Amino acid sequence: MSALLELVCPAGTPASLHGAVENGADAVYLGFRDETNARNFPGLNFSRPELEDGLLFAHDRGCQVFLAVNTFPEAGNPGPWHKAIDDAAALGVDCVILADIGLLNYAATHHPDLRRHLSVQASASNPDSINFYVDAFGVKRVVLPRVLSIPEIADLNKQIAVETEVFVFGGLCVMAEGRCQLSSYATGQSPNINGVCSPASHVRYEEDAGNMVSKLGDFTINAFGEGEPAGYPTLCKGRFVTAGKASYLFEEPTSLNAASMLPELAKAGVTALKIEGRQRGRAYVSQVVAAFRRAADAVEAGEAVPELGLENITEGQAKTSGAFNKSWR
Amino acid sequence: MSAKLTPKLTPKLTLGPVLFNWKPEVWRDFYFRIADEADVDTVYVGEAVCSKRAPFYEPYIADVVERLLGAGKEVVLTTLALIMNSREMKALRETAEDSELMVEANDVSACALLAGRPHVIGPYVNVYNEGTLKYFTDQGAVRVCLPVELGRDAIKALKASTSVNNDVALEVQVFGRLPLAVSARCYHARSHMLHKDSCQFVCDRDPDGMELDTLNDEPFLVVNGIQTMSHSYQNLSAELAEMQTLGITHFRLSPHTADMVAVANIYRGVLDGTLSPDQADTQLADLIGEVSFSNGYYYGAKGVDFVAA
Repeated sequence: MSALLELVCPAGTPASLHGAVENGADAVYLGFRDETNARNFPGLNFSRPELEDGLLFAHDRGCQVFLAVNTFPEAGNPGPWHKAIDDAAALGVDCVILADIGLLNYAATHHPDLRRHLSVQASASNPDSINFYVDAFGVKRVVLPRVLSIPEIADLNKQIAVETEVFVFGGLCVMAEGRCQLSSYATGQSPNINGVCSPASHVRYEEDAGNMVSKLGDFTINAFGEGEPAGYPTLCKGRFVTAGKASYLFEEPTSLNAASMLPELAKAGVTALKIEGRQRGRAYVSQVVAAFRRAADAVEAGEAVPELGLENITEGQAKTSGAFNKSWR
Repeated sequence: MSAKLTPKLTPKLTLGPVLFNWKPEVWRDFYFRIADEADVDTVYVGEAVCSKRAPFYEPYIADVVERLLGAGKEVVLTTLALIMNSREMKALRETAEDSELMVEANDVSACALLAGRPHVIGPYVNVYNEGTLKYFTDQGAVRVCLPVELGRDAIKALKASTSVNNDVALEVQVFGRLPLAVSARCYHARSHMLHKDSCQFVCDRDPDGMELDTLNDEPFLVVNGIQTMSHSYQNLSAELAEMQTLGITHFRLSPHTADMVAVANIYRGVLDGTLSPDQADTQLADLIGEVSFSNGYYYGAKGVDFVAA
């Protein structure tokens, strides 16, 4: 079925895949269990046999499966990335989501019939970049960086001949994706190379004079008073001091929730809505997918977006519309 | 390793673009002095960070370029790392189409616009491996300044891959704060409770970036408008010799308010063998004051680390 707004949902594990499919995902996206994908966390992702099972389960229920191979292959070691693409083609995934130009070139050359989407990690934020990926590598869809407002997305869609997909729920990168080295500066582990940001292996919590201090590598990322819940020290969601003042300078520990903007996004020409959260469990994924299924169906029927009741699961119980309305402009 | 001996080429010192919002006259006089006094081979000129700054010093660009060319420098026009609106897109297209000078691409859109003629690819474009390097070389890139998080192992692999087709030079930033991230959001404005569109150009108060400390007062990063940089200064003086044997030919100094003529002389001294890396580090420390050095990325460690060579 071709939905007005296609719902692209996270599947960090086979259980989450089942949850997403059963709750109305039009497509799920997932990665292999290694550094070829940008959510390379312990306990997540798919082996080849798990992917085969997942493909059967999803395809039987009319749901597509996208494979993210969206890190940047290590110099001198392209093997794992090329094999991920080869296996994706052999197993019959519906598309691969890629960021690296060398890898896009490999996929377009060796598997021209395997549909290619451009990952958000490519940070293609303007028509000339996007048209380059379309012309050079036959990319069929671009996942837009989380830096664009809705008018900017509408304007962009007029200048490109390719589908666009935007993030509507979940974690929010505030830096241009794929162009942020903050994690590797503090920990040596990077999203681009290792597929991890602010990895748990480098996180510590320490008591200090009644405060709970969260650290990433050797750096204090935040401190919490008694009774205050100690959040995870994602570097760009930390509290730092500039000009003598402590603040969440880069971003408050909030989640993106653009549910109320779905009608505007549809009007702006967006094809697909992406839900972030491959590191989330089945219950979370099921709840969010079901809620956005209701929202997307309402938009398709020309009705108002219903209350989704997701307040209990947004990070820090705070939500933001991110760049979509550029409130920080 | 099937080592092919790379002929040792004459190393080139390059001066990256000024990344900070310096007063226009300061900006102009900086480049005039570089033209007259600095022992660098190549100078990058133009705006990589924020398009709102460019109009202020644009009236001086022609004079600066002329002075640099007159002094025998190679001049490369640099371009924005993040292109967010039609005004920036238009400016980029004009630079790419009209420039008689070599242009440095810092976004994939610029790579596309410059394809088919010689150009440089800057550190904001993700060239992480031989596949991407070959693609851009085939498109006409003659030099690539590597992303800051690539180190020795990546350099070896990239250089090995170009031994057959040796027409692309590799450049590495060896001095100055590391550009770590760009964002659509301006953190200088945000820190001063201003909106980006009415930022009052507060970034001009911090000519080497605004210090960002942790809650326990440890220096960590600096903010430069939409850009976030390391607090530490990259310093690869001790790695210059090895990088030359690995085939790196261009060594980038990123401008700061520290005396960049002196900085260039120090790195030239190390390249020429008239100065030891230890002597260089002592002299550099005097120039930059109470700031740490880092070189961790080169060794595959944390970027912030300073690893003994």
